[in-house]
Formats: sequence, C-alpha cells, structure tokens
Amino acid sequence: MSLLTTKGLTAHYGDFQALFGVDITLNEGETIAIIGANGAGKTTLMRSISGVLQNSPAMITLSGQQIGGLSADEILPLGLAMVPEGRRLFPSLSVEENLLIGTYGRKVDGYWTLEAIYDLFPILAERRTNPGTALSGGQQQMVAIGRALMSNPKVLLCDEISLGLAPVVIKDIYAAVPKIQASGASLILVEQDIGQAMKVADRVYCMMEGRVTLDGAPDSLSRDDIHAAYFGVSA
Amino acid sequence: MIWVDTLVQGILMGGMYALFAAGLSLEVGIMRLVKLAHGDLIVMAAYLILLLVTLLGLSPFVAAAIAAPVMYLIGWGLQKHLLNRTLGTDILPPLLVTFGLSIALQNALLEGFSADSQRLPTGAISTASLDLGVLTVGVLPLLTFGSAVAVIVGLNQLFYRTELGRAFRATSDDPITASLMGIRPGNIFAKATAIAMLVVTLAALYLGMRSNFDPNIGPARLIYAFQAVIIGGLGSLWGTLAGGIIIGLAQTIGAAINPEWQILAGHVAFLVVLLLRPRGLFPRAFD
Amino acid sequence: MNTQSHIPTYVVTTRTKASQVTAVVSVPLLALLILLPFFAGRGLIQDLFFVLTMLVLAQFWNLLAGYGGMVSIGQQAFVGMGAYAMFGGVILAGIDPIPAILLGGVAALIVAIPTAFFAFRLQGPYFAIGTWVIAEVMRLIMAQVQSLGGGTGTSLPRAATREMWATEWIAELFDVRNSAARDILTYWLALALAAASIAAIYALLRSKPGLALSAVRDNPEAAKSVGVDAGRMKWFVFLASAFGTGLAGALIYVQKARISPDAAFSVTDWTAYVLFIVIIGGIGTIEGPIIGVIIFFLLQSLLADFGSWYLFTLGIIGILVMLIAPRGLWGLITDKTGIQLFPVRRRLRGGTANTPKN
Repeated sequence: MSLLTTKGLTAHYGDFQALFGVDITLNEGETIAIIGANGAGKTTLMRSISGVLQNSPAMITLSGQQIGGLSADEILPLGLAMVPEGRRLFPSLSVEENLLIGTYGRKVDGYWTLEAIYDLFPILAERRTNPGTALSGGQQQMVAIGRALMSNPKVLLCDEISLGLAPVVIKDIYAAVPKIQASGASLILVEQDIGQAMKVADRVYCMMEGRVTLDGAPDSLSRDDIHAAYFGVSA
Repeated sequence: MIWVDTLVQGILMGGMYALFAAGLSLEVGIMRLVKLAHGDLIVMAAYLILLLVTLLGLSPFVAAAIAAPVMYLIGWGLQKHLLNRTLGTDILPPLLVTFGLSIALQNALLEGFSADSQRLPTGAISTASLDLGVLTVGVLPLLTFGSAVAVIVGLNQLFYRTELGRAFRATSDDPITASLMGIRPGNIFAKATAIAMLVVTLAALYLGMRSNFDPNIGPARLIYAFQAVIIGGLGSLWGTLAGGIIIGLAQTIGAAINPEWQILAGHVAFLVVLLLRPRGLFPRAFD
Repeated sequence: MNTQSHIPTYVVTTRTKASQVTAVVSVPLLALLILLPFFAGRGLIQDLFFVLTMLVLAQFWNLLAGYGGMVSIGQQAFVGMGAYAMFGGVILAGIDPIPAILLGGVAALIVAIPTAFFAFRLQGPYFAIGTWVIAEVMRLIMAQVQSLGGGTGTSLPRAATREMWATEWIAELFDVRNSAARDILTYWLALALAAASIAAIYALLRSKPGLALSAVRDNPEAAKSVGVDAGRMKWFVFLASAFGTGLAGALIYVQKARISPDAAFSVTDWTAYVLFIVIIGGIGTIEGPIIGVIIFFLLQSLLADFGSWYLFTLGIIGILVMLIAPRGLWGLITDKTGIQLFPVRRRLRGGTANTPKN
C-alpha cells in the first residue's frame, strides 16, 4: 500500500533547476534508501517532501492527500517528520527540550515517548540537561533522530544521518534503525555512504543530477549498475 | 543620609526602565527585531488607558486591565500583517518601517490628543510612602519595581518552563528547523509581540501615573529601553533589569549633582558600559 | 603549427548611453541654476536652497546607509555640531560665517571619530539607535554651552551677517537688500556643495575603493577574504559622510542665522525627512535622492499646512514604499527601463571577433 509518492517532482532554486521529474514510492512498512553523489538532488528531494520547499500540490501525495504545496509546519501534523541534514539541533534548548520540541506540532499517543527515546539511546539520558549542541556529533545525531521520532511519525525522512561521523559511530546509529522500523514507521534514508543504507533498505533509488537513474531491491543491483547510476560513467 | 536615599530612588527608577525594556528585550531575543516604535507604543497604551479612564470613569489599574487585551491584539496584528513582512536578511526594511511607524504614531496621537501634557489620575497612591525606618520610599516606585521583577520572573518562567517558551527559543535559533517541528514562525513572532504589548501596557500604566506624558516622549522611552537591553546583554531578562537599574542610578546620581545633567548622566553610563563591555553584562543569546 | 594567438582586449567601463546624455545635459543645467538669481524671485531661491541642502544630506546618508550598509539615525549629530562649530567660530573667534562653514565640516569630522568608535561596537538596529543616543548626548552637551546660547540658543551677530563675504558685491550686482544678497550667496554655496557632493560620491563609487565598498556592504566576510579592509572602508565612509553632513549643517545655519540645540539636533528635520527622501527616491543609487528630494519638496508644499497629518502621511508613505517598492521610485524606473544616469556597475566592453584556435 503506497504511503508516500512523488510524481514528476520538479524543484528550482531561482533559475537553477535541481529536480527534473522525480518519481518515488514509499510503501507502508517499507524502508527505502536514496543514494547519490553530492549535488545529486537528494536533499532537495527531502526538503520538497518535508515542506521546507513548496512545489505543485499534486506532485507529492501522503496517504492519498496532496501535500506538494504545503509548508513544513502543515505537514508534520499529518505524520511526516524529518531528521534534517546537519542535524540542526536548537542551541538554546537542552537535550531533553530538543526532544520535547518534537511534539509541538503533533501530539499522538504512540510507541515513542521520552522514555522510549532514552531507552533507544541511553547516553542521551545522561546528557539530558546539557545544551543540545554541547554533544559529540554522533550524540547530536541521536538527539535529532529522537526529536523526529517524538511525533510518532508514519513516515520518517533521514537526511544523511551518517554525515561526518566515524564508522564506529555510524554503526551505533544504524543499530537503532531496526527498532525504528519495528515501531511501525516507514523510512526514507538518504545517504552518500551507501554501505549501511543498503543493508537496511527494502528498495534503493539512485539519483544523479536531479534524476532517478536506478531503482530496485539492493541485492538485485550489481556493483556496476550502481557505479554507473551514481557517477554517470561506466566503470 | 541623602546618598542612601538617592541610591534607593535610582534603583526603584530602574524598575520603571526595566518595564520599558522588558517587552523590547523579549522581541529582540526572539526575533532580532528592534522596533523603533517601541516607545511610541508605550505612549499609545498610556493614551488608551487615559481614554478608558476618562470615558468610563475607571481607575487606572482597571483601565489598564482592559487595555491589555486590546494592546495584545494590536501587537499580534501589527507583527503578523506588517512587521513579519519586513523580516529577512536585510536590516533596512524593519528599521525603516518601524521608524516610519514611530513617526506616524507620534503624529496620529498629536492629532488625536493634542500636544498637551497628560497624567493618569492616581489619587492617594501617588504620594503615599512607606516608612522603612532608615529611609522612606514612595509606594508607587516600589510597586513599579515590584511589577518589573514580577514581569521578569513571569517571562523567564514562560521562556524556560513552558512549551511555548521552548517554541520561542527554537524559533529564535532556527526558524526553518522550527517549522519542521510544526511551529509556525510567523505565528510565534506575532505571539511574542502580543505578549510584549502586555508588558508595554503595564509600563504605560506606571508611566502615566508617575509622570506627565505627551505624544512626543516615545523616542526617549525607546532610548532608555534600548540602553537597558544593551547594558544587560542580549537575551537576558535579568540583565535587562540590571541595565534598567544602572541607568536609573546614573540618572538620579547625575541629577543629585546637577539637575540638568540627569539624562546626560544616563547616556554617559551607557557609553561607558559600551566601551568596557560591548556585549553587555550578561550576554546570553547566540548571536 | 598555428602560432597566431588573438588575445581579446577588454575594457572595464561604467559608461552607458543615458549617462553620456546626463553628462552633456548637466552642463547647461548647472549654468542655468547658477544664473537663476538674475531672474528668479527670492522665494524660489530660498526654496531651492532648502532642496539643495536636503539633497546634500540625503546623498551623504545614502552613501552611509545605501552603499556603506550602515543605517544611522544619528546624522543630526553632525548637522548640529557642524552648525554649532560655525556659530562658535563666528561668535567666539570672530571668523566670517562663510569660511566658518569649513570649520563646521571639520568639527563634524572630528566628532565623528569618537562617534564611530562607540557606534561600531554595535551592529544593525543597535548601531542605529546607538547613533541616535550619541546625537542626543551632543544635543545635551551643547545645551550646556552658555556662550552659544545654552538651551534656548542664539543668533548670529548682526555685524557678522551684514558683512559676510561677498554679500556687498552681490547686493550691488543684483540691486537687492543685504538679506536677499545673503540668500543668493548661500544658494550658490548650496549649489556648489550639492554638485561637488554628487561628483565626489560618484567618483568614489567608480573608483576601486568604491567597488570595495559595494563588496563590504554585500558580504563583509567575502570582501575580507579577497583582501578588502572592511574596517578601513567603514571608517572612511562614516567620516566622509560626517564631513559632508557637517558642511551642509553649517551652511543651513548660516542661512537661518539662528540656532538652538533642539532645532540643530532635531531627529525629525535631519533624519526623518532625509530617510524619507532616500527611501522614496531609491536607496543605494545616486539618482534616488535627487528624485526623492523633488517629491519631498512637492509633498511639503502641498501638505505643510496640515501639521501633524503631514508627518503622519510621510510615515505611512515611507512604510508602504519600503514594503511594496523597497528600491524606491528610481528603483522602479530602472527596473522597467534599465536606465542609469549615474551608472556604477562595471561591465566588460571589447574583446575581438577572433578567438584562439587550437
């Protein structure tokens, strides 16, 4: 059952076109990965879906409702939350307050409560009163993920959660993904580092220069296919 | 013990300046917006209270209680429909629009109420005083100072203990990410200004009871408010109180030396703090 | 092997057709304005004096805020100090009012140094109010100077005004009374000051430092990264604006011949009106203040009788223009037609038809 679809999604920054008709489908209970090089348009795609950028209404549909023209604050209450690129925690808020603010626009009884987040990332409980930005990169990423989970979203967008983190830390972060999947959320993982993303995803989309160049189940895609779709040149 | 008396007077006057400044401090902290019309809005509230007093025969306190929600709505509308449109990376529009607003307000009030000096009828409380043994303090200045402290305590509670306060701080940090949390920055700013207008109404009440006012005294109030905020440090409400007290003290000490030096002394104190501590005494905000 | 290499030659230029027309037209226009006293009435001369001095103030505020990015609401400090220094020179040192104008400019320049020192510690809107506070400080200090009239002010001594430079010669030439001769003299000085200001500002903007100025205004960090000394630029612009404003202030008060602290340091007269002129006309352009001052003068002629409603209207118009047409009337004209009378944008002209062949 398709939960979220984009149809012919285009996006512009002024005169510069970043997306050229992107079609993506996320089914209920699925985890999809979107991979691609820097500048491929992945973050623009995320910003379009989450409402930071506005597009034509029909271009994006969530649970049958057209959301393409809505703004971010209108989309969160519908059950779509994003972990933004670069984490973007609020420096004026403590760790716990950063988590709590995640429920501002959507208060829904669900699996994810403050206790559940501290259960998922125990280190955060120890740091709950620290300012949000006084943590290591990995811990900040945990807060950012927890913040998005607090609204018990149906769809969770994760924009480059491994960016700038050491491999050991990335493993820790991705260890949480199965639990998030188990709680009933459907995930879109955007990554430059395809290793971890491909391990947890049901399907993969590859993007290059604003277009989808490849899609399919991870094990059905050969290394050469991915290489070509990612970089645009044959290996 | 003239000097003790002077000091106490200065501190209590600081309460008045802190009330002028608290609303401004709130807006500056959340929106980085300095409304050059802030002082004129205080004066406008004073005239509103005066209107209610003269038309309905109410006491100033009751009139202020009625004026407060009116000012709340005016602030909300002003921010949402006019000032939100000036926010952005360019500093020019908010400055010039609020400057134009200041001029327009002053002159509208001049036309509506004439340039005559006004005062809110205060009755016995304006001269009542408390005998504390070693000195006597006026009840009104004491009440003003107490209100200032109560307002700052209240605002701090709002900022640091409520969900709305979290939303204020988050929006001030990063409006785009805040919208990802379901926060509408435009509405948050409107609410902030509306709450600031409640403080402005209280400030107007004490201003009108304590001294004469006319349409042109707005800019001077803005300057005192601004000085208190800068001295205290951006983002700190207690700092704003400290700033108000410093200006109050400087003015009363200056006046004690030479009455003509009162206002100048306040400005000099401001410049000295600016010289020694450009970011203020208790800067907190991540600018 | 083909060793021919055609290196295109490029020339950096700011000239446009419209600017060439302007350059040509301005000569007879200036001549006309200089000869105006021969056939214009005293009223017109006084009106033009007002227009020209406001234009000077507007051009310098525009340099400061529009090009320099420093929005000040305290320029009245320099109007006041310039005027008071001139008065001081006349009353205390017996100098003729005309050379005392220069004294006014210098005094404003000197006072601008501590002003900038304090004000530069503040940013954005705080800088703006800070400049206002400093202007207030100066007003309050000057109100204490009893030898120049204290709080109520004073007038230029009759001897000084009657025997001002060149007034006798002018009175004879035009066969007018001494006071009318003064008006003509101050008018010519205002004309000279306005022309010189525009020329100087335009020359600055076309020069290398002028390009640096635009860079600093748009992005101080990026400007610094290419070697622009942003701090030096800001100081230079601030001091230059103060000097020009001081000269204008002194000249204005030579004509008024009467001064008081509240008038000389008035926020309304020397900042509110100037802001209005620059915003309506178009901030960040040289043409803008010229248009703005004309509109301002027309509005004032129409509405001056209406007291507070006049100022109220100015405030409302200012707000509306800032919201709807932030680049002012000239901005709208330039957008529609692309005309620039004082173009400062550098373009590449030239190159050859041949390109290097591999």
